[in-house]
Amino acid sequence: MFFQELTPDTSGYMIAGYVVAFVVMALYVASLYLRNRNLNRDLAMLEEMDKPVVKVEPEQVKKKPVKSVTKPRRKK
Amino acid sequence: MQSKPVTLKVLDVISVLVLGIAAYLALVVAPTEMVMGDVQRVFYFHVGTAWTALLGFIFSAVLSVIYLVTKDLKWDRIQVAAIEVSLVFFFITIVLGSIWARPVWNTWWTWDPRLTTATITELIYIAYFMLRQGIDDPDRRARFGAVYALLGGISAPITFFAIRLFRTIHPVVIGGSNMDAEGSFSMTPDMLSVFFFALFAFTIIFIDLFWNRIRLGSLQEQVEQLKLKVVG
Repeated sequence: MFFQELTPDTSGYMIAGYVVAFVVMALYVASLYLRNRNLNRDLAMLEEMDKPVVKVEPEQVKKKPVKSVTKPRRKK
Repeated sequence: MQSKPVTLKVLDVISVLVLGIAAYLALVVAPTEMVMGDVQRVFYFHVGTAWTALLGFIFSAVLSVIYLVTKDLKWDRIQVAAIEVSLVFFFITIVLGSIWARPVWNTWWTWDPRLTTATITELIYIAYFMLRQGIDDPDRRARFGAVYALLGGISAPITFFAIRLFRTIHPVVIGGSNMDAEGSFSMTPDMLSVFFFALFAFTIIFIDLFWNRIRLGSLQEQVEQLKLKVVG
């Protein structure tokens, strides 16, 4: 009875170990997610910038009569 | 924007499940080790992460050879993914080992051959990313990275065999025994089952993270190409 060795209570270290393992893995997964999201945003923006500029043909533009800015002279 | 393949989505779910099951088995099902107490339970995650990380480092050395032969940048992207995930896993291994050592060895850290070789391996691969950061040309960066990872790959088997080759206090639980070890233990059949499940679980999680990281690398490449096109 007096010589019986008790198992030490090391559960605190065990909890610390598992917390560290899960936190590190969660941080890595979060970093993968954030990097992926940012790259997708960049890609969308660059694709928008890369779109060819649509040129409007001159025939398509309807010519409106140009109004004179100056007032017509009064006839005396 | 590329959508995730269904296989990868399924693998994501399986990874979360096996991680949960591995944690449950290690924390609840596995019997308590009589001498060390509950802290011995970190052993399952410690070996699981170490196993996949060291395999990942060796795999990256194989990828170096493939890149140097083919000169295809695809292999460089795969190598970066393998090293990054292995680096994270090996960091967990080292921290868990340190936490286990505190009550068992009565110290957080000692410069034992296994701990020293493990630290050197981790530092070698941190330096790998620092080296890559310093090179702008993609081909040159990939070539330097491949040669470096090939040489760095030697550190992985050295770390693995350190407890079998040198006099060390680190226990050899699988495939041998170490008379000088402090905190060694024999595994019961229940412990063995949990141990092999943890190895399986971390292999699945590694493959999942590795695949996700490869996709991220491809996306990065796409953005860089488009950036050059828009600017140029």
